[in-house]
Amino acid sequence: MQASPLVSTVVFHLGAVPITRPVVTTWGLMAALAAACRVATRRLGSLPGGRQALLEVLVTGMARQIEEVIGRDPRPFLPLLGTLFVFLAAANLSGLVPGVEAPTSRLETPAALALVVFFSVHYFGVRARGWRGYLASFAQPRLVMLPLNVLSEITRTFSLMVRLFGNVMSGEFMVGLVVALAGLFVPIPLMALELLVGLVQAYIFSVLATVFVGAAVGGGGKE
Amino acid sequence: MDAKLLSIIGAVVAVSIGSIGPALAEGRSVAAAMDAIARQPEAAGTISRTLFVGLAMIETMAIYCLVIALLLLFANPYAA
Repeated sequence: MQASPLVSTVVFHLGAVPITRPVVTTWGLMAALAAACRVATRRLGSLPGGRQALLEVLVTGMARQIEEVIGRDPRPFLPLLGTLFVFLAAANLSGLVPGVEAPTSRLETPAALALVVFFSVHYFGVRARGWRGYLASFAQPRLVMLPLNVLSEITRTFSLMVRLFGNVMSGEFMVGLVVALAGLFVPIPLMALELLVGLVQAYIFSVLATVFVGAAVGGGGKE
Repeated sequence: MDAKLLSIIGAVVAVSIGSIGPALAEGRSVAAAMDAIARQPEAAGTISRTLFVGLAMIETMAIYCLVIALLLLFANPYAA
């Protein structure tokens, strides 16, 4: 019997707050990503070298994707959505490193990320339309739709969380089961599949966040 | 039958039956997207992005079943 995927192991206590293993992994990832960004953005010039060209392709690619979905200037949204994608890709793939467990394969990290998306959608909506305009958009197209619109805000945040958690966790669970049943090198094709699933889930999470933000700010208009 | 055995059967039934519908739906949507890309290769980018988002939505149904199965197996209040 494997350990339950619904509880996480507590590594140590910080005062009265238990610090679990996914949190420690997340801190490590944050430090690694911040250091990598710091190193990668040193000495940026107007004549890009190889490293800077790669970075520019990445950033402008993300900006173009966001612009295609939202239909307006992507620069206010790029920091949040781009960071989401980069962090999720790193977090999903970190499960492939021996001894590291992907933080997204436990329920709390996807829950926290989904909450971040939930609140930032409202933040961007209010900033783009004002309080009245944004609140009125919940009563579109008819006032009867108000409870359904509010409900869909909650369920889509929930499904965002469950989707990420379920995909990453089921992959790790499967690899663990196959190792226990078949042997050491048998799950390598499964792990290759995990590589794909992790990247696709990071992409889907950020695209869905983009779609939600785009729906909140209202498409295309310069109003 | 005790509650533990019943919940194991319930988990198996949830995953196996619950994955039939999403599997059929994903097959249909991928086939439709292939068809659309073959007709209009210049729209491939938009189509595949929409396809990915739609697949994720469909897949969520199967993931819900998986989560129900996990709840039955690991967090079942009746089989403790």
